[in-house]
Amino acid sequence: MTNIERHNYDVVVIGAGGAGLRAAIEARLAGKKTAIISKSLFGKAHTVMAEGGAAAAMGNANSNDNWMVHFRDTMRGGKFLNNFRMAELHAKEAPDRIWELETYGALFDRTADGRISQRNFGGHEYPRLAHVGDRTGLELIRTLQQKIVSLQQEDYAATGSYESRIRVFAETTITELFVEGGRIAGAFGYYRESGEFVLFEAPAIVLATGGVGKSYKVTSNSWEYTGDGHALAMRAGATLINMEFLQFHPTGMVWPPSVKGILVTESVRGDGGVLRNSEGKRFMFDYVPDVFRKQYAETEEEADRWYTDPDNNRRPPELLPRDEVARAINSEVKAGRGTPAGGIYLDIASRRPAEFILKRLPSMYHQFKELADVDITKQPMEIGPTCHYVMGGVEVDPDTAAAAVPGLFAAGEVSGGMHGSNRLGGNSLSDLLVFGKRAGEYAARCADETTKRVKVPAATLNAAVENALAPLGRGEGGENPYTVHGELQQVMNDLVGIIRRRSELEESLGRLADLKERIKKVGVGGGRRYNPGWHLALDLRNMLAVSECTAKAALEREESRGGHTREDFPQMDPDWRRVNLVCSLQGEDVRLERKALPTMRSELMRLFDRAELAKYLTDEELADFDAAAEGVAASGGSASNSAAVGGADKGDV
Amino acid sequence: MGEQRNFRVWRGDDNGGQLEDFQVEVNDGEVVLDIIHRLQATQAPDLAVRWNCKAGKCGSCSMEINGKPRLGCMTRMSTFAPEETVTVTPLRTFPVIRDLVTDVSFNYQKARELPAFAPPADVAPGEYRMQQIDVERSQEFRKCIECFLCQNVCHVIRDHEDNKQAFSGPRFFIRAAELDMHPLDTRTDRKDAAVEEQGIGYCNITKCCTEVCPEHIKITDNAIIPMKERAVDRRYDPIAWLGSKIFRREQLDKPAGYATAGVATAPRPNAGTADTPVEQAAAHGAQGDISANWHREAAAGHAAPVGPDGKLPVTEFTGQLAGAQSPFGDDVEFPMPATDINYQHPNRPDEH
Repeated sequence: MTNIERHNYDVVVIGAGGAGLRAAIEARLAGKKTAIISKSLFGKAHTVMAEGGAAAAMGNANSNDNWMVHFRDTMRGGKFLNNFRMAELHAKEAPDRIWELETYGALFDRTADGRISQRNFGGHEYPRLAHVGDRTGLELIRTLQQKIVSLQQEDYAATGSYESRIRVFAETTITELFVEGGRIAGAFGYYRESGEFVLFEAPAIVLATGGVGKSYKVTSNSWEYTGDGHALAMRAGATLINMEFLQFHPTGMVWPPSVKGILVTESVRGDGGVLRNSEGKRFMFDYVPDVFRKQYAETEEEADRWYTDPDNNRRPPELLPRDEVARAINSEVKAGRGTPAGGIYLDIASRRPAEFILKRLPSMYHQFKELADVDITKQPMEIGPTCHYVMGGVEVDPDTAAAAVPGLFAAGEVSGGMHGSNRLGGNSLSDLLVFGKRAGEYAARCADETTKRVKVPAATLNAAVENALAPLGRGEGGENPYTVHGELQQVMNDLVGIIRRRSELEESLGRLADLKERIKKVGVGGGRRYNPGWHLALDLRNMLAVSECTAKAALEREESRGGHTREDFPQMDPDWRRVNLVCSLQGEDVRLERKALPTMRSELMRLFDRAELAKYLTDEELADFDAAAEGVAASGGSASNSAAVGGADKGDV
Repeated sequence: MGEQRNFRVWRGDDNGGQLEDFQVEVNDGEVVLDIIHRLQATQAPDLAVRWNCKAGKCGSCSMEINGKPRLGCMTRMSTFAPEETVTVTPLRTFPVIRDLVTDVSFNYQKARELPAFAPPADVAPGEYRMQQIDVERSQEFRKCIECFLCQNVCHVIRDHEDNKQAFSGPRFFIRAAELDMHPLDTRTDRKDAAVEEQGIGYCNITKCCTEVCPEHIKITDNAIIPMKERAVDRRYDPIAWLGSKIFRREQLDKPAGYATAGVATAPRPNAGTADTPVEQAAAHGAQGDISANWHREAAAGHAAPVGPDGKLPVTEFTGQLAGAQSPFGDDVEFPMPATDINYQHPNRPDEH
């Protein structure tokens, strides 16, 4: 019998990024014995990659900013598919969560009067992002990491042990959650370092495992982003929503490999960069949709004049909205006019003098010089769509972050609903603080309320051990996990990428079904000690499960909205706005259900202009809105409803 | 477009190991970590390596490439000659777990021993006011990605296992400096702690840590030297000392021995243990003709000249040694012959 290390905790947090650490801090502050499971070393989580900042309506840069404006921006960004209550809580609580970080030792950039400086960002009406240069994510993770260390120091003073109340299990991967008697009982996994198994028995588990980007060939995400939390939740009986919505950036580097996936800022195009295919043709002129025809130049000469004389010339077509640019790139590559690496060329070198590029795009220049030895003043960049963030995730109660399975919670990128169909820049860092705290708080409460703790039966545990050891048992004779992973990434990239169509999505489901069978035959050589081949083999089934969710939901949703673009259904459809696609697991297969979106409270609805709502809502919903507005007017209610909104609670949804 | 290149990667675990030769395809624009990944995918599926962001932001893929401590994701293949064999070995200062993965828990222990940020009791969240110019000094140190290359290259612990207990290393000197310079940190004993608890006195300012820092933090100039200088100022300026006795009440309950030379006459511990650098160098199993000399005969490491309380003497005047210990042994003459040094300057790869 395999030796299994056993631990008992009140709250186990899976994931050590921003959401996980914030949840763990809250659980420990509530007096709970807390474990943090980190797939990497402590402090290396993907949160460090966030550059822009954390959005919070503190009103430091513009005193007109408040939570209602932030709420409005978030709903707009998500094309009204967001869970309104999550967006509301997020907008209300983000400032407190940011200020709290200062008491943990964070050092944000400052305004002239010494407060936290806030910067402008796409989609935010006012300057709102608290930031530290371009390394805000690092500041966040380090601050939370150091807060945890300080709590450990307090525990050391009180008990003589740093780890008596909060312990970090670094380089530990969870492969199973256990559900006994309809509620969470524990989690099972292995130490990467030794390959030894470990069981955590706990009445409350918080998932904070981040996203799913590693299912894609071109991604800005790290190896950890294999959708573990998504898949664990589904296997435990919880549900996922919005899995069709992935955020792609149209211009990520695809070559050289050292910078694959890294974003190229849109200002390269704004400052004169143009897109060319492998034949050297500036192809964007062929892709101007009729609705934009009037605003965009028809000849290269006119487009080139725009940069210096925008009043008398129309814009170059390279500056079309993101999805149009992505669609054009996608078409060129699929027509065989792409670069060897599967992208197209973004050329500013031949169009602007080196001094101009250095002055206007210094950080782009340095990034590529240092990381890739690419001199963007001398050569074109090879770019293509890169997978960046998944809006979809575990369906949770907005107030408590609780998933459908009692005892299971989710926060951060692994949870769904907050961002709707598209996330605004800066909202992810504030999201993980706000809902990380809530998840920790309610997980602690859940641990309190669970009087009888269930044991994990030996047979269940043995099955988990067997599953985990299977790839090693098959040895090198099995399918190579790296090969299967590469093929999965190729399928998702080609068929479930940034622009989708029915035929390709249907094909992807067939290919995924094949891969599912092959994953069962994956084998690796070597032993259990720090064996990355084995680790990948175990991650594969998670990646496949979330890929299946994305493909199925993308096929089902016959409209284009935010991070889901269907070539065959290019319009946004108000009827689809009222629907969430909910994924669950039935046996091994993903089952899709439609579920109505919660209806936004009327006082929140009234924060928007009717003209804006008309873009998103059905006629029926608009009629309700009008009736409610009349009611307010009749009862003498003022148009400014901040007091009513502020005092509103969940009960009146 | 790819060409075959020679790679030599250390494989093994805490029981020992050796350099293994690989022929591997290298394409334009790749970095060392890309090649390690290709080795995993095609020839050595169980080759252990740490990595995360692949963009120089997380500090996971620290390794020694041709003897130089580097991040694998930031070392471009184009910096090597096509016929050059690229040798990749694990960080030398930390125990090997497997292949390129080392046990860096030393750093997490040291992090715990350093007193945390002490927020002002009377300032509510949201009321913190600091000027940009005042936070910038600390912000420089908060750029640290904890790759631990500075810890790895630091002579005080690189070849001197027994120094690890009393010495926190450059990573935590910048953390101490960061808190010391934090406009709202309420502790006033950061510099004293750097000397008494962290062993900053061991540092002999060779600036190797600064040279390897991928974030280009001026570790030595901006953190270590100011921490050392201020510690000295406060201790040995009699007026400042008197002032500190009168005004800084929080220090009254310091343990006896604070700012006294209690360890000055303690005999110096015997030098050398079984865990000598020679053996460590041998364990790293250099084979063949690579640019770094893995076979060098390094002098045995000296134990730190700590007193019975495990602390360093507070000043070199009361210690037995003028200046800090040499990481090469105290009886070595400088300059050392170039062939005896297994460190290469990162910006001058042609020189040993």
